[in-house]
Amino acid sequence: MAEYSKHMVHVPTYNILRKQDMDKPPVLDVRNLGIDFGGLTAVDSFNITIGPTEISGLIGPNGAGKTTIFNLLTSVYQPTRGSILLKGIDTKGMTTAKVNRMGIARTFQNIRLFGAMTAKENVKVGMHKDIKCSFISSLLRLPPYFKAEKAADKKAMELLEFMGLADVADVKAGSLPYGVQRRLEIARALATNPAILLLDEPAAGMNPSETAELTDTIRRIRDHFQIAIFLIEHDMNLVMNVCEAIAVVNYGKIIAKGTPEQIKSNPAVIEAYLGKQEDASNAEN
Amino acid sequence: MKKLWNNKDTRRNLFTYALVIIAFVVVQIMLGGGMLGYAAKGFLVPVCVYISLAVSLNLLVGVCGELSLGHAGFMGIGAFSGIVMSVVLQNLIPNDVLRLIASMIFGGILAGAFGFLIGIPALRLRGDYLAIVTLAFGEILKNVFSNLYVGTDANGVQFSFSASGVSLAEGGKMILDGPVGATGITKLATFPMGFVLILFTLFVVLNLINSKEGRAIKAIRDNRIAAESVGINVTAFRMKAFVVSAFLAGMAGALFGLNYSSLTASKFNFNTSINILVFVVLGGMGNIMGSVISATVLYILPEALRELEDYRMILYAVVLIVVMLCTWSPKIKGAIAAWKASITEKLSLNKKKGVGNNG
Repeated sequence: MAEYSKHMVHVPTYNILRKQDMDKPPVLDVRNLGIDFGGLTAVDSFNITIGPTEISGLIGPNGAGKTTIFNLLTSVYQPTRGSILLKGIDTKGMTTAKVNRMGIARTFQNIRLFGAMTAKENVKVGMHKDIKCSFISSLLRLPPYFKAEKAADKKAMELLEFMGLADVADVKAGSLPYGVQRRLEIARALATNPAILLLDEPAAGMNPSETAELTDTIRRIRDHFQIAIFLIEHDMNLVMNVCEAIAVVNYGKIIAKGTPEQIKSNPAVIEAYLGKQEDASNAEN
Repeated sequence: MKKLWNNKDTRRNLFTYALVIIAFVVVQIMLGGGMLGYAAKGFLVPVCVYISLAVSLNLLVGVCGELSLGHAGFMGIGAFSGIVMSVVLQNLIPNDVLRLIASMIFGGILAGAFGFLIGIPALRLRGDYLAIVTLAFGEILKNVFSNLYVGTDANGVQFSFSASGVSLAEGGKMILDGPVGATGITKLATFPMGFVLILFTLFVVLNLINSKEGRAIKAIRDNRIAAESVGINVTAFRMKAFVVSAFLAGMAGALFGLNYSSLTASKFNFNTSINILVFVVLGGMGNIMGSVISATVLYILPEALRELEDYRMILYAVVLIVVMLCTWSPKIKGAIAAWKASITEKLSLNKKKGVGNNG
């Protein structure tokens, strides 16, 4: 706890904290994060603080380093500089699996489900660490096995129902339609009991009505599980609708932070997306 | 109970057990009626051993998705350590069946331990590279066996890699004699024991597949990165699959070794590994019942075709190709599915008609 207050006092956060998050330590506190690939600086001095029940967004043009930031947060890459404090603990040197068990779950831009397993099994893989049953009792089918499996089945079905997937519980994940696969990936991530959920372009490939539904789902997830959500998205409608705070990155650096309103009118953001104002006026002349 | 029946996996598993039990009963009846010739009796135990080997390799290749070409190596560890153990325990456990079980367990544990040791460096690799390393490992083991001298006397067991290294006291006995292999083995293996081995292997593998560990292993096979992202320790679970597979292969190997009066290391060569892999691939990756059936058929086939002499391997190859086409060609698969659908349609039509007549 002492660690939190140290950071909270010395470094002002730019985020708009929800009232209920005001007195609580942040779930994710990223300081000066950076990574170089050879001579290329992919991410540099990235700072963000995310409250325990905050929905925040990460936007930026293609190739800005957004997914690289997610990969850094989940220890797929180890940062060259800076630190990631998850619930006050530095995740430096931890494996992806360890970081997940600590409380970060994610989905992928290009869906990565366990294709040959059913939807329910996919969720149950996510629940792995919470299924309390030893290897021996699994092998010998002792009572703890049946008890643990029954509890896991129940919880998996609850999660599937929450995500509107109950009717496809026994369908192979690989043969599900695209939009359903996206929802299943979120269900699997939620099954790991995360403190923060990272969504990498959750609305990619969705039509407007599916996107509207997703907006609703994201809010429901936050309200029901009381967790933080951090998402990368290109669909500005979704981002502006659902996010309470937004960070904009370009060329691996944060160029703006603030509420959706502040971001919409920020000249640096408009420049990053549309080019310089002078250029436009020059063209008019 | 009904709930259990509704689960497709459980139903399939029960069917697999039933198939094995029925086959055992049928063979026992045939044995009792004297319907099996001397040659046929001779390959009852090897068939059981190869079924167990195919099922245990399927755990690695089909369920875990890792190609291993060194399964015969683990089988060999089990065979030779089982033989040594059976001699050592001769006075300690006079009962043949108990001594066989003890030897098999020892063979399994030793093979599992070697699986763990080899797994530490080998499981850092994936796919083709792991296949090559396991292949090399199998060949190394074969050469180790053919240079291993083990003897026992009143003072205990002696190991050496040279013939002069083992100096036995009066009344001592050479168990493994280098390239000559093991000779004068007391044949302990019996067909019922082979049946028990198959059941045990099925029990372990099927229970493992349908547990949280099995789900984690399948998840790693399907998508390694996603498995890591949901907190699965990839290395630990690949190791678990590797060790369990090696353990079961060791047990099967011990039964195999104790089925012959003499055994040389060349039995556990690359060819044997490939044969087991063929059983697995033909039976279907991850399909345990498929492994049982294909191991049985493909082991018996060349033996049954022995009277065709030189042509038998040609016929064997043709059968392999035809089965491959039938099970994997999308066209033939589609045709079979359509044929199945038309039959079920006819059946359901008949049923409806029946209902109509009653009304």
